[in-house]
Amino acid sequence: MRAAMRAALAAALCLAATAAAQTRVPMPVLEVDRNTSCVAPPDVMRRTHMDLLMHRRDRTVHQGVRGGDEALARCISCHAGSKGAAIGNRDAFCQSCHDYVAVKLDCFECHQGRPGAVATSR
Amino acid sequence: MNAQSVAREGSAAPDPDPAPVSRRRLLAAAAALGGAAIAPGVTLVEIARAAKPGEPASSKVRWGLLIDANLCREGCKECVLACNRENGLEGGSRPVDVQWIRKVELKERSTGRKLGLPVMCQHCAEPPCVDVCPTGASFKRADGIVLVDRHTCIGCRYCMMACPYKARSFVHEPLTKQKPEVPRGKGCVESCTLCVHRIDRGERTTACAEACPTKAIVFGDLADPGSEISRRLREVESRQLRADLRLETGVRYSGL
Repeated sequence: MRAAMRAALAAALCLAATAAAQTRVPMPVLEVDRNTSCVAPPDVMRRTHMDLLMHRRDRTVHQGVRGGDEALARCISCHAGSKGAAIGNRDAFCQSCHDYVAVKLDCFECHQGRPGAVATSR
Repeated sequence: MNAQSVAREGSAAPDPDPAPVSRRRLLAAAAALGGAAIAPGVTLVEIARAAKPGEPASSKVRWGLLIDANLCREGCKECVLACNRENGLEGGSRPVDVQWIRKVELKERSTGRKLGLPVMCQHCAEPPCVDVCPTGASFKRADGIVLVDRHTCIGCRYCMMACPYKARSFVHEPLTKQKPEVPRGKGCVESCTLCVHRIDRGERTTACAEACPTKAIVFGDLADPGSEISRRLREVESRQLRADLRLETGVRYSGL
């Protein structure tokens, strides 16, 4: 009896949570090709992608070490997905998540968010 | 002719066993080659140290240009156009549009002699833009290329004031059509990068040098005595613009 009540309560909470999520803030659209793998598991990437990019950028600009798996151009080549860009609309990979967590995304004020860089970055 | 040369070789190497002769000749040839190409204190190993793709820029090289003003044609702007294409510059003619190379046309009043030359960032060894930058965004790479780190540039434009060559431009408007390998954006100062993205992937030419129809622009390593640019600098008279400032520019001009 108690187990059944707990299950019902959990179900109700879940429903409420989803309903709230749908009504208040749209969930990010993370459309990724699951057949390929990123440079680190998703939970690591979610927390540390900005650190990886920051570390990378100084080596690239000041020392000229370009290309490699952690290059922004490589990120874009996968994550631009079928939208054709990592930014530019609410469904684009980078922008949809950054909109959701309300963190300003300023990489693409200078960097090109459309793929095509990998062929020329190395 | 053949018989003569064979006879000479025969007299120079009377050793009956051919194997040591060939080894000795090889060593002698290698030593002669090395001696001809390398300055005192510089070894072949060091010269081969220009960074390969994926390696940090090396201070053993100093990239530069030699521009022959005699070969630069009047009215030709191929280098400017190639630079715009390579780096995704808009190439407009409004006062706010950026330019990384500008074509300067001069005329000597007394004789009427006309002279044209492209002027870009001179990649000084002692760059005034780096001295005045308040954030450290303006910097000189180990291989002598002077760049702006746009991540730290606040757009104050002190460097534009400090540059005696007026080589730098400010981006006034938002951009959307940047080339992937040349990130650029509103609010930053920028200038010629010596096509640093090409150099870092191992290419040994710039867009302007490649596009010049008269080959008036030579790109190369000033620190390598065997490079074409060093050879030409040894052979022809060349000058640095505003040499009195003693900035030791990486871009040199001949025929001024």
